[in-house]
Amino acid sequence: MTGFAYALSDTAILAKRSLLRIRRQPDLLVGFTIQPVMFVLLFVYVFGGAIETPGLDYVDFLMPGIIVQSMVFGGFVTALGLSEDLKKGLIDRFRSLPMWGPAVLTGRILADVGTNIIQLVVMFAVGILVGFRFATGLPEIVAGILLMLLIGYAFSWVFAFIGLTASSPEAANAFGFTILFPVTFVSSAFVPVDTMPDWLQPIAEYNPFTTMVDAARALFIDTPAGNDVWGAVAWCFAIIAVFGMLSVWRYRSAVTR
Amino acid sequence: MRDVRGEAAVETHELAKSYGDVKALCGVDLEAETGSVVGLLGPNGAGKTTAVRILTTLILPDSGTARVAGFDVLEQPGDVRKNIGLAGQYAAVDENLNGFENLELVGRLYHMGRHASRERARELLGDFGLEDAGERLVRTYSGGMRRRLDLAAALVARPPILFLDEPTTGLDLPSRISLWEAIEALVGQGTTVLLTTQYLDEADRLADRIAVVDHGVVIAEGTPDELKAQVGGERLEIRLGNGGTREEAIAALRPISEEEPACVDGLLSVPLRSRQAAIADAVRRLDEAGVGIDDIAVRRPTLDDVFLRLTGHAAEPEAEEQPAEEARR
Repeated sequence: MTGFAYALSDTAILAKRSLLRIRRQPDLLVGFTIQPVMFVLLFVYVFGGAIETPGLDYVDFLMPGIIVQSMVFGGFVTALGLSEDLKKGLIDRFRSLPMWGPAVLTGRILADVGTNIIQLVVMFAVGILVGFRFATGLPEIVAGILLMLLIGYAFSWVFAFIGLTASSPEAANAFGFTILFPVTFVSSAFVPVDTMPDWLQPIAEYNPFTTMVDAARALFIDTPAGNDVWGAVAWCFAIIAVFGMLSVWRYRSAVTR
Repeated sequence: MRDVRGEAAVETHELAKSYGDVKALCGVDLEAETGSVVGLLGPNGAGKTTAVRILTTLILPDSGTARVAGFDVLEQPGDVRKNIGLAGQYAAVDENLNGFENLELVGRLYHMGRHASRERARELLGDFGLEDAGERLVRTYSGGMRRRLDLAAALVARPPILFLDEPTTGLDLPSRISLWEAIEALVGQGTTVLLTTQYLDEADRLADRIAVVDHGVVIAEGTPDELKAQVGGERLEIRLGNGGTREEAIAALRPISEEEPACVDGLLSVPLRSRQAAIADAVRRLDEAGVGIDDIAVRRPTLDDVFLRLTGHAAEPEAEEQPAEEARR
């Protein structure tokens, strides 16, 4: 086999390892399917009545936002998994094997794409149950789903970097939830940006989450797209390029502490 | 793989590595002949793990050279990796896979192919007494079982050179002995082993040659017998009871003593000529001389003795402890 073929087969072998873990610990799936579902129900039934979304039902406004958020955090398992592998010495073992090194990252991230698909199915099913309706045709919906998976893939690289950089799985958790989580809220995901205080509005406008959420709305509920779809794709590729390089760099020097 | 007979399996020259201000290795020369077992003996923080990490291509040295299986670790890390197995201080196995899957995974990542990986996994589970546990998730394993699986994982590709970084730290005695037996069996098959340990008894049992490391420097090197000769061998320690004098006791024990018996703080220390039936012999002699015994024991030289003799300071506190009773994860 050539180097490229080994890269693919090592990735597949390690993706299988990650997916096996989910089968062994199905409660992991609970974390990233039930949690977004709780968010949907909370926002639709608790906050929804108090949030004005001119021209749109709140559930239609909310679903694209919450789906983007769940894609972003779907990669969180990668941070936890890499951080645990590092703590337990597995990274040392992998790095001493004659394998294609970055497969340790690409394998996990490929498995994330699998779990992101499960998440999408759950989210759309729940959304439709609480009244969400697509307002676009099949090509847009398919494009939207592909964009969601691209967003999930991009943020898996961010989480890979967090997992390899944090000093422990607990620290990785803190990075993910106390830093990234609020950032997703200062966006158009849950409320219209023009309801925010003046000083916050520009921050929310330029937040890449806003671009991604607006792109999802354009593709799923037919809001005006502007440059959001291409903007979201560009953001994703930029994130993949930057965090892909950073993660591989961290991996190549990572040893158990 | 190359034919490495007749050349050193592991060879380092002036290997140095610092972490910031901390000098982990300051010019280490090591050599392991093909088919031999070399023990790196030293306390925590001596630089043993750093040396293993450089030799297994995990970290780069600041200066110096290292060759493993004839390949330079800096220039040909890929070739080095094809020829080594590593079992670290941590049982580096995936807790969420079963034993069989762990070994199969490692085989696949050595690019052995699915069929060969599975066959080898089954074979190793048998060799390490884990065949009944092969289908169980590793998180249900005991500490000793994890270490055995970890060692098995290092052997999947039958590497000619094996690095064992403190393979038994944290294990209870039965688990240590079973791991020692497994390592001895490997050595019988011609595998070169470079082993680090904090325990003199472990190095003594397994290693052909021992390098004593402290503060990143090799401070002594030789066969276990040579080192022990420097430190002194086993000694009998006797606390005298009622009856008889210290002088009578020393006179009675002189025939079985290598040097003049010494007495410190009421504890009589007798360097033994032979450990064969030493206690029974000493008890009989003291009894005949009419000297009472409060307590008597054979004491083997410890890492502390080696360190005290070689460096004038004791090994770090951790090294004084007995192997921890509970398995470290």
